[in-house]
Amino acid sequence: MTENKLKLDEFRQEVSAWLEGNFPKSLNGKASEIGLGKNVSGRLAEDSDTWRKTLAAQGWGIATWPAEYGGAGLSQKHVQIINEEMDEIGAFNPIPMLAGMGVTMVGPTILEYGTEAQKLRHLPKMASGEIFWCLGYSEPGAGSDLASLTTKAEDKGDHWLINGQKVWTSGADIAQWCGALVRTDPKAKKRSGISFIMFPMDQAGVKTRPVKLISGDSPFCEMFFDNAKAEKNELLGDLNDGWSLGKRLLQHERQSQTGEGGPATGGECLGDIAKRYVGTDEHGTLEDTDLRLRLANHLMDEQAHKLTIRRIMAEAKGNVEVTAVASILKNSATDVAQTRTELLMELMGTQGLGWEGDEYSQDELGNVRMWLGVKAMSIYGGSYEVQKNIISKNILGLPETTQKG
Amino acid sequence: MAALTEEQSMIQHQAQSWVIKHASVQEFRNVRDGESDVEFSPQIWSEMVSMGWAGIIIPEAYGGSDLGYLTFGLILEQAGRQLSASPLFASALVGASAILLGGSESQKKMLLPGIADGSEIVTLALEEGPRHAPKNIDLTADSNADGFTLSGSKTFVCEGMSATSYIVAARTDGKAGSPEGITLFVVPADAEGIKRTKLNTVDSRGYANIEFSQVKVTVGAVLGTVGEGHALLEAILDRARAGIAAEMLGTGSQAFEMTLEYLKTRVQFGQVIGSFQALGHRAAGFYSQKELARSCVEAALQSIDNNDGNIDEMSSLAKCKVGDFLHDMSNELIQIHGGIGMTDEFNAGLYLKRARVLESSYGNQAYHRNRYAQIKGF
Repeated sequence: MTENKLKLDEFRQEVSAWLEGNFPKSLNGKASEIGLGKNVSGRLAEDSDTWRKTLAAQGWGIATWPAEYGGAGLSQKHVQIINEEMDEIGAFNPIPMLAGMGVTMVGPTILEYGTEAQKLRHLPKMASGEIFWCLGYSEPGAGSDLASLTTKAEDKGDHWLINGQKVWTSGADIAQWCGALVRTDPKAKKRSGISFIMFPMDQAGVKTRPVKLISGDSPFCEMFFDNAKAEKNELLGDLNDGWSLGKRLLQHERQSQTGEGGPATGGECLGDIAKRYVGTDEHGTLEDTDLRLRLANHLMDEQAHKLTIRRIMAEAKGNVEVTAVASILKNSATDVAQTRTELLMELMGTQGLGWEGDEYSQDELGNVRMWLGVKAMSIYGGSYEVQKNIISKNILGLPETTQKG
Repeated sequence: MAALTEEQSMIQHQAQSWVIKHASVQEFRNVRDGESDVEFSPQIWSEMVSMGWAGIIIPEAYGGSDLGYLTFGLILEQAGRQLSASPLFASALVGASAILLGGSESQKKMLLPGIADGSEIVTLALEEGPRHAPKNIDLTADSNADGFTLSGSKTFVCEGMSATSYIVAARTDGKAGSPEGITLFVVPADAEGIKRTKLNTVDSRGYANIEFSQVKVTVGAVLGTVGEGHALLEAILDRARAGIAAEMLGTGSQAFEMTLEYLKTRVQFGQVIGSFQALGHRAAGFYSQKELARSCVEAALQSIDNNDGNIDEMSSLAKCKVGDFLHDMSNELIQIHGGIGMTDEFNAGLYLKRARVLESSYGNQAYHRNRYAQIKGF
């Protein structure tokens, strides 16, 4: 056994002991129930807040960040051990979710581009799950062609003055801070006049309105800026260099969206669900032979996707750099999730066509909503087609396709 | 690429440069178009042997290097890239696996050193019909006082003309289609009653039909246990599937790179055709398919090296996913190259033809989708 392996084993024991002493047993397995904490009260709410604070004090909310910014300066391997030990006892890390787009996207970008003062101002409160961040990217006229955005920020000497509109902003209605791409030089070419600016949401010039989706959920908002203000020192990176910084941030987004889990990959084996609805012959073979082989093919694709994540992790020796390879995984994760939910719909038959009501089980209704929900996967974070542009240009070195500007 | 050891990286680089220099697709073309009846260049084969490639999975005690299946896969991938013809896969992977998995000590001593030094070419004689069906065995082995008498025929035997011994799947009991009553035998190719006929397959490689007329073997020829050969056969086949998947990954990867190169150089309408989004997106799709297939192939080979409990599942996964990729990619290779892809002078056709032979070997994609569903219990 190598020295390194020994150290990791020791660390695992430390983690296990620490969790044993600190994770409130009342929260065991309640990660999804507690969620953002809005729907719980009393003892459960107190315990979950205590747990958040304890975890943050340990620096394990986002353990790879340096300790001075609220992390613990640990490696990916250590984080993996923490996650495994948490899984083992039904514990969970609520902080990434409580920080919205903070820990997963804005934070890594601040780490890379931010001033020391910005890091100290923003990162510790992300790492403790105290501040929920949203991200102002898309606009009504700027979707896949994000660089055509028109929300503008004017330099008013002692502050930035922001006017315009954003859309598809996750969690804008509950966010305390926002990081947005805004136009700071209207005369420059469209990719050259953009900056990334951060500001608090609790001000008169910012209004939000949830957008109801086909799934019935409203995870996204419209955001309106009418003379909203940002402090001068909240410009992230260089003035008018927001485009490259913003693309970099999206790579973090892609990486966070391509995990092995995800909403549509876990759960009961699809084959077993299919057997319940479709029935089997005397050999235990699904009666719908066409569905059966498509199901097998889907499960293979899912496994291939997971093996690819594992391979990339192994090749990178646990420290996955943010690379263009992430854009392959986004499309394959999308394929897997969308195919899975389509197959679920198909095999449930008319039981998969319910919107609400006691005639349908909670699982059935949940599957329907999920089927509608994951249609967004091929649209957000750079659409399926944009991902293919990125692969063909950045990985394969093919000449720029027909985009202009 | 999986995280490789230093030794594996070295072997991979050596294989890559050697194959391009000495066993390129042009060398294969020379054999195909040559006067001689052989299906591979003896010179190329003997150099492969001298580099130790035929002993990669064979333990050191029997003259090999015991470097495992993933390492062997790295070499097969490079051979697959250039369509290098040799008995490397048929004998040093499939034949050696059969002996390693089912052989007695004396069988191992008798055959493994010969496989490793190239003096023996041991190949699996399994199929009896046009579709892969490991239980549909009709070739009979009748037990008698001196041993067994084999009668029946085998088809599509890989390197069947050059083999020195066959691993023959025979029926000692039961009916064709039953997993019970199958027995494997090691039979010398020069045994009395064996007649072999070269098959002129579309890929111009070495396949043969073998007829067994009252071929007499001793009890010592039995590989494994009489009547219980099915599980052994499947274990051998899973290694063959993972191994050929590595070769297919190489063939498909080369087809991909040829296509990509053409997209970057062919000019029409005043611009390189790779600048058209319709083609760029197709290339992106194939790239993803290739990378996903690679993960499956490497994982299958690693599962064999680790002796995991899911080798069957992983082999079917690898064979199926790399089969889908190679099938689509070999068609795309022709399509993107347009007219030139249709000419015999250009190599695209060689890849397309080889692709279908590889897909059909040891179960095509449909076979493995079905098998995967069975393994998953539906």
